[in-house]
Amino acid sequence: MAETQIRNFSINFGPQHPAAHGVLRLVLELDGEIVERVDPHIGLLHRGTEKLIEYKTYLQSVPYFDRLDYVAPMSQEHGFALAVEKLLGCEVPRRAQFIRVLFSEISRLLSHLLNVTTQVMDVGALTPPLWGFEEREKLMVFYERVSGSRMHAAYIRPGGVHQDLPPGLADYIYTFIEEFPAVLDDIEGLLTENRIFKQRNVDIGVVDEETALAWGFSGVMVRGSGMAWDLRRAQPYEVYSELDFDIPVGRNGDCYDRYLCRMDEMRESIKIMKQCLDLMPEGPIKTLDKKISPPRRGEMKHSMEALIHHFKLYTEGYHVPPGEVYAAVEAPKGEFGVYLVADGTNKPYRCKIRAPGFAHLQAMDHLCKGHMLADVSAVLGSLDIVFGEIDR
Amino acid sequence: MDEASLRELGEHVAAIAPSAVEGHDLRLGELTLKARREHIVPLMKALREDPTCRFTTLVDICGVDYPSRTERFEVVYHLLSMHQNQRIRVKLSTDEETPVPSITGIFPAADWFEREAFDLYGIYFSGHPDLRRLLTDYGFSGHPLRKDFPLTGFVELRYDESQKRVVYEPVRLQQEYRKFDYLSPWEGMLHRLPGDEKASTE
Repeated sequence: MAETQIRNFSINFGPQHPAAHGVLRLVLELDGEIVERVDPHIGLLHRGTEKLIEYKTYLQSVPYFDRLDYVAPMSQEHGFALAVEKLLGCEVPRRAQFIRVLFSEISRLLSHLLNVTTQVMDVGALTPPLWGFEEREKLMVFYERVSGSRMHAAYIRPGGVHQDLPPGLADYIYTFIEEFPAVLDDIEGLLTENRIFKQRNVDIGVVDEETALAWGFSGVMVRGSGMAWDLRRAQPYEVYSELDFDIPVGRNGDCYDRYLCRMDEMRESIKIMKQCLDLMPEGPIKTLDKKISPPRRGEMKHSMEALIHHFKLYTEGYHVPPGEVYAAVEAPKGEFGVYLVADGTNKPYRCKIRAPGFAHLQAMDHLCKGHMLADVSAVLGSLDIVFGEIDR
Repeated sequence: MDEASLRELGEHVAAIAPSAVEGHDLRLGELTLKARREHIVPLMKALREDPTCRFTTLVDICGVDYPSRTERFEVVYHLLSMHQNQRIRVKLSTDEETPVPSITGIFPAADWFEREAFDLYGIYFSGHPDLRRLLTDYGFSGHPLRKDFPLTGFVELRYDESQKRVVYEPVRLQQEYRKFDYLSPWEGMLHRLPGDEKASTE
């Protein structure tokens, strides 16, 4: 028999592809239908956030963080606020800490709802996204009620939060907490034992402990593999150490276990939100240091001092003492860290944003090797990729 | 982690890798090691394998630019130990030409972080398997996060209807980019003002 020339087939996946979760270009090398090599090309959404932040005051930098992981905006703001507060050495009042935790968990729900349901869409189901997005809409209304904006809230600011919860909001959140588990049950009823869903996800994209450590994974990507690592528990910030919640872990580290982890985490988030509302004390919602937090509108009408503070804080901003700091939060996607170098002026000297998805996406080659082409989108979906934070 | 145990950890690392560590520093509850560039690979290996350190997760690598220094770039590594629940920061310095040994052999996760530092700062990493640009456009030139790179960049692109393709042109600003000097004279007033000498009675 004559020798035939066999060569691998290269295809281009994206940048405009419904399963690419944004603008990802994957160059795939295929042997038949088996994936040999994956080369992700990122940066199509690169906006130079880190450069822009170097030219903005600390307060003006906050909205850039909303636009990183735009699926769960407040988690990012939270990371930045923690970093700035650590440098300033400023105390956050207890009520503000509870509000922050409450909204961090709302963000977690927002992100997990989107991820679970779109990942399901990647493998063929259409109903869960419709149900999930209805709930996301309700959560975005909570965002809107506190900040005036459905997504880009700029609500968690260094020193506290921008405004107190409007009257009546707590009742709405209570109602949501009561109704939401039923929706989760519905979604789980469609998926957890679904034959097609399991065929597409069980034993796909298995992450073992060694892989998770070597590739710098965090969040659900390590918990799905059975390691109970959660920054909310291991290195607690705000009031997480006082709250009662469990950390769901998977067993096999495949796409299916990660899905189960996310579903359980949503139930835990609900528990945390309820505790926050129950335990939230009355009191100030931002630090009382007048050199950091701006005065109330009412005070400005009769106090010269307040007027001066307002003017100075919104033009020049506060000066942050020189130093460097790394602060991390458990964002829905994993460890979101901010490495901040301050030089004593009113602007950050360097602000490096450590996005969880960045570390996860670069392991695509490792995870997809030997899988079928159709599994690429299942793996990609379960990595929980949002391009705002990867490309920055 | 309390301060005492972090200080102990710093001394421990300095003891196990004396040739690689120039010094360590504890500020704001965070431990920073100053490393020698040429010894970074063995140092990282030691940090990962040593039983009291076990920094098995590479969290981040980034560059920082200080144009006034002779070695203008700092490369900052952040490591995390999930086993001991502790963090450490390792810093070293380099300039535009001298390469830093790549640590992709120890942490595969370093791959993209080093590519990013190369892309945005132009820091070279020797021994990196595939040091390409990562975040910027195909065919981009320059290193945008350097302090001497203007915020607005040098080129802008638009779709040209007659050529039916995207074209690059030099940046044309309708108005000069506004850069306010926020630094208040009231807080920055360290020098003697004219007339101050009259205040002294001598």
